[in-house]
Amino acid sequence: MRKVETSSKKKSLFKKILSSSNVGDFIFERLTLLFAVSVFLLVILLGYEMYQGSKLSIEKFGWSFLVNSTWDPVREIYGALPIIYGTVVSAALALIIALPLSIGVAIYLSEVAPPWLEKPLSFLVELLAGIPSVIYGLWGIFVLVPWIRKVVEPYLSDKLGYLPFFKGAPYGFGLLAAVIILSVMVLPIISSISRDVLKSVPRSQREAALALGASKWQSTMIVLRDARPGILGATMLGLGRAIGETMAVTMVIGNRALISPSLFDPSYTMASVIANEFTEATSEMYLSALIELALVLFVITIIINALARLLVWSMDRKWKTT
Amino acid sequence: MKFRTIISIVFLALSISSVAHAQLQLNGAGATFPAVIYSKWFDEYKNATGVQFNYQAIGSGGGIKQITEGTVDFGATDGPMSDQQLAEAKSKQGADVLHIPTVMGAVVVSYNIPGLNGKLNLDGTTLANIFLGNITKWNDGAIAKLNPKVSLPDKAIVVAHRSDGSGTSFIFTDYLTKVSKDWETKVGKGTSVNWPVGLGGKGNDGVAGLVKQTEGSVGYVELAYAVKNNIAYATMKNKAGKFVEASFSSVSAAAEGSSKDMPADLRVSITDAAGKDSYPISGFTWLLVYQNMKDEAKANALVNFLKWAMGKGQTFATELYYAPLPKAVVKMCEKNISTITANGKKIK
Repeated sequence: MRKVETSSKKKSLFKKILSSSNVGDFIFERLTLLFAVSVFLLVILLGYEMYQGSKLSIEKFGWSFLVNSTWDPVREIYGALPIIYGTVVSAALALIIALPLSIGVAIYLSEVAPPWLEKPLSFLVELLAGIPSVIYGLWGIFVLVPWIRKVVEPYLSDKLGYLPFFKGAPYGFGLLAAVIILSVMVLPIISSISRDVLKSVPRSQREAALALGASKWQSTMIVLRDARPGILGATMLGLGRAIGETMAVTMVIGNRALISPSLFDPSYTMASVIANEFTEATSEMYLSALIELALVLFVITIIINALARLLVWSMDRKWKTT
Repeated sequence: MKFRTIISIVFLALSISSVAHAQLQLNGAGATFPAVIYSKWFDEYKNATGVQFNYQAIGSGGGIKQITEGTVDFGATDGPMSDQQLAEAKSKQGADVLHIPTVMGAVVVSYNIPGLNGKLNLDGTTLANIFLGNITKWNDGAIAKLNPKVSLPDKAIVVAHRSDGSGTSFIFTDYLTKVSKDWETKVGKGTSVNWPVGLGGKGNDGVAGLVKQTEGSVGYVELAYAVKNNIAYATMKNKAGKFVEASFSSVSAAAEGSSKDMPADLRVSITDAAGKDSYPISGFTWLLVYQNMKDEAKANALVNFLKWAMGKGQTFATELYYAPLPKAVVKMCEKNISTITANGKKIK
């Protein structure tokens, strides 16, 4: 026994690590740490590269890049306000439409639907999430836009035309089409993740509620309360997709940098501008302005994600204390 | 067994790539508009001579950037490089960039006016006013004056333009800049501009889709695209005051018409060209090459290819919906090609 101990002492540290039973754990730990750190580094590198690329434009325009509303490549004046506005408004409106619908879908699938219906429906919802966005775009051009032009916009301007949101000529292409297509794209993401979150709430919660005499509705509300942080996370993922969506949006939004209260007017998003103009941007300043646009998009995404984390965290705390 | 298959595939791939390396390969990048005829040319030329080309249609901006950085052997663009860009390329690579026109394209004005029978006639000022938002109805006096024989509806005009940066937009806005002072001061020319009115569609198909779907709309697309897809387009009044329909011959005529006062470096716009048969919204597309190249073998191959493109290459143009260069311009190109050197030495 003693002999074994002394001989092990003689072994070098390296051999000690190798011979110990935890060698697998050790490698596993370091390797996963490396992966985790590399993600962190990647984010920093991305931000740094974009900052470097947009230096020219940042130095020339400063904050006016964010508040000026002229985007004129000919005169090299770059103000991104209408583009930022278009991005944020289209994503936010899409979320407002999609969120209640997706939570409804998720509740039905996890709480109400009989198993024979739940399986195929869930499959369909997940299938929707996997459709490439250019296909949504084509559907938008050929089905959604004509429908909006002929049915939705005339109806809205007839009934609610006194509101500034529904003024102007019905082109079909415009902010409204983009909002609808985005909400269709975001819906399957939020609902499929929310469904998983709802399903992961322990069965005992529901049983306890029902045993105490709660109705189905009341027990569902309790389950929903437990699942709040997860649903919020799903919403943020959906919002991320809506903000970054390029192809489908640029095919239907009308692509003009314009701030208008009317949903009928064309608008523009940051991702679309970059995709549209990057290939033919010949001057250094133009390229730099487009990269700054990417940087702004990056920062907005980070801010939204941080806010979401904060929200989840504060909700968690509140939930634990009550 | 599986492992052995993978190994053999890897070796096969390696041996193929080493064979490819043995051949001479010229790399190029740039404009998307001429990509169709370029790939035809490269294919034909490879079959004839064995010289391989690798062309990436990444857009004119990318083409200019890459030739400036020296990462490709030749670039391609739909809009000529500016003096500043030329100076930058010279300072980086120590040689001048030559612009060699290869083929021509034209931009046509397509429209969707319900109930209109017959062709629409337009002139430059009216077109500029429509795209500026000054003319908003189809029965406006200015349009009616150009079209005395047809009755135009009292319908709002919806303008459609390209949302992506493109050589098509460059030629179109270049034309409007020449014919309208208002356009020049308010908008100007470029691959992307700050459009005063209208909806943006991505690509020729995007604009064509907007026009097709929206009643009362007007937009612009490449001639090749319009011909291939049977899209109706307007007849334009040219500088000589004649209404001319866009066709391969009227586009070539535009280059012929402006060939007399073309600068030697061929960085020239041929919109609003002189000559009674000239279609006014036409333009060149260029290959960009260095006048002095460091690699002799590549310089030889490139010069021979350019000579071939000016001769036999031109015969492929019309079948692919491009307008061929007129003889006068081919002569000027050949003169410029003959000035290309490899390390200061003339190429045989």
